[in-house]
Amino acid sequence: MKRLVPILATLAGLALLQWAATALLLDGPIRQGPYYYQILLLAGINVILAVSLNLTNGVAGQFSIGHAGFFAVGAYVAASVSVYGGPAIAGILPNIPLVRDSGILIAATSAGALAAAIAGWLVGMPSLRLRGDYLAIVTLGFGEIIRVLILNIDAVGGARGFTGIPRLANLFWVGLGVAASLAVVRNITRSSHGRALLAIRSDEIAAQAMGINVTRLKVTAFVVSAAFAGVAGSLFAHFAMFLHPNTFTFVKSFEIVIMIALGGLGSLAGAVLGAVTLTVLPELFRGFADYRMVIYALALILIMIYRPQGMLGAGGFLGRIVRMRWKKPVAKKGAETKSADNIGGPSA
Amino acid sequence: MKTKGNVRMKKSIATLATISKIALGLAALLALPLAGCGKKADSNEILIGEYGALTGSIASFGQSTHKGITLAIEEINASGGVLGKKIRLVTEDDQGKPEEALTAVTKLISKDRVSALLGEFASSNSLAAAPMAQSSGIPMVSHGSTNPKVTQVGDYIFRVCFIDPFQGQVMAKFAHNSLKLGHVAILRDVKSDYSVGLADYFTQNFVAAGGAIAGDESYSAGDKDFNAQLTSLIAKKPEALFIPGYYTEVGLIARQARRLGFTGALLGGDGWDSEKLWEIGGDALNNGYFSNHYSVDNPAPEIRAFVEKFKAHNQGEAPDALAALGYDATRVLVDAIRRAGSDKPSAIRDALAQTKDFPGITGNITLNAQRDAVKSAVVLEVKDGKFLYKETVAP
Repeated sequence: MKRLVPILATLAGLALLQWAATALLLDGPIRQGPYYYQILLLAGINVILAVSLNLTNGVAGQFSIGHAGFFAVGAYVAASVSVYGGPAIAGILPNIPLVRDSGILIAATSAGALAAAIAGWLVGMPSLRLRGDYLAIVTLGFGEIIRVLILNIDAVGGARGFTGIPRLANLFWVGLGVAASLAVVRNITRSSHGRALLAIRSDEIAAQAMGINVTRLKVTAFVVSAAFAGVAGSLFAHFAMFLHPNTFTFVKSFEIVIMIALGGLGSLAGAVLGAVTLTVLPELFRGFADYRMVIYALALILIMIYRPQGMLGAGGFLGRIVRMRWKKPVAKKGAETKSADNIGGPSA
Repeated sequence: MKTKGNVRMKKSIATLATISKIALGLAALLALPLAGCGKKADSNEILIGEYGALTGSIASFGQSTHKGITLAIEEINASGGVLGKKIRLVTEDDQGKPEEALTAVTKLISKDRVSALLGEFASSNSLAAAPMAQSSGIPMVSHGSTNPKVTQVGDYIFRVCFIDPFQGQVMAKFAHNSLKLGHVAILRDVKSDYSVGLADYFTQNFVAAGGAIAGDESYSAGDKDFNAQLTSLIAKKPEALFIPGYYTEVGLIARQARRLGFTGALLGGDGWDSEKLWEIGGDALNNGYFSNHYSVDNPAPEIRAFVEKFKAHNQGEAPDALAALGYDATRVLVDAIRRAGSDKPSAIRDALAQTKDFPGITGNITLNAQRDAVKSAVVLEVKDGKFLYKETVAP
């Protein structure tokens, strides 16, 4: 019962948020409302992507650059479910728009997440026995295979793009996805599994010597991360109403990697901040017209020069303030251990 | 231990200082565009939004279009505007990405409150943005999206270019009537919807006209070696080869076909239209013909006048097909605003749907019930690095 309270509170909070957003942004007095609303949704979807990739790349210390592949699997499977199976699902649900739409979205998102998880397992099983550069190459290859596969499947539009997807995602559902990904990744990181993953990141051989089933844990983290990329994909499909293979190139994978690197590899708050920053910055720079992407890139370079560990990375900006203010009375020894197992540390 | 702690403290303070400097710098940067955004639409202006790939991998298309659109708007404003108001163009970059196109269009509609939209060239980007235009009730005129699906999104989406099937039809007509060919082989790019569409409609029309398809092989964009397909096709002794692909592969295919001893004509669509085509294919492309939206060499006086004006505005640069299409799309839209007598989006939509025989640079434009343009295409001949105007094929 106690566990239900925060869940119910989150749901109620999100419903309230959705109501407020509809009243203020969509139908309300704010002129740019729908534009802000859209950026909010995009930021949310990017947060899910970044937080989930952070589990593999930041916490477990593996280097995956195929996240867009799982994103694509989730998006296309979920869109297929709602386009082709939508009427059937609607048929078994009571004919209330809210219930029907939610039912279809939940079914589609579950299917997308499941498909992405299976894809993650298939890719992870053989390739997570590899390390470093090799894993990067395998995941990069996987992302491209998925994209080329989609190009050749006519039922999902092929090179034409997938049209006619209903707009079912709203701030409530994206918010729920963000909350779920944050909760799951945070709980995994803080559990004994998370400690084991951190050990793997520090030294795989030592971790194995300590009795950690390295491959199994790495695959688990990889599958969870892929599943959430699938959730993000489903939400994206039902928000954009149109999917095209060009959205899911390796450039998208790199964008997600940049988000977590910018935020601070391994830091949950960093992943959120990185994703939001990377969604909002290009929009803020619209006023520069032609020079927009130049300035955007320049901003990234500057941040990386001054904060190579990311905005909230190891003993990051906020972390430092926290330590300066509250940790001062603690014995120096304590501070040292704190920094040693700080999950925000940059991987070697 | 103590010194280490001090160093730590100093370091944190130094970091804090750098962070605040960066934050200040960013804040200053942000303030700049925000200051520029303060300009509100006044009642003496009609706002038109343009979204296109001004950066990214297909930026050359977006830049050309933008030049055509700005030229048209400058002209209209110089001659007193429309309905006594000036037209103001708001341009947003979509980097050639579908999801960015959606964001750009949402911004144009909800923030700038544009009366109508112009864009995009790439069909995938138009398809991504069209549902937003449709659901917001803002008319959108695409200048270069030839995929039939684009205007099927809804009754607010129009285009001023012909669709893929029409190019197949044009080339079939041209091959049969002008080149007097009876046997043509096809080499299509299976991964591109554009190429498949052209190949299918070419086959359909060419066979209906009494011709025969000697062979039909395929490749995928990015391939470098086409010898296997070409050997099998050439063995069937076709009089011409129809290659409805993009210039990169077409150039290579032409070279390899000529090396295998093929001397017949090469036929294609507007994917050939690039200066790079000759760089890649060279001499092998002689005796090649392709359909296009417009020809810079067309002797018609209104086209000569457009070319001169465009050159005067763009340091002597000649307008390509996209510049001409952007120019036409803008003028068709402004003509609709004039006929509608109002800048109300729904009124503009209704007027757009009535567009009939609009004299454009890329042909006389009539918008049919599917909101697609019915207009003529031109066939160009590739000769020694130049694309020469051959003839105009009416629908």
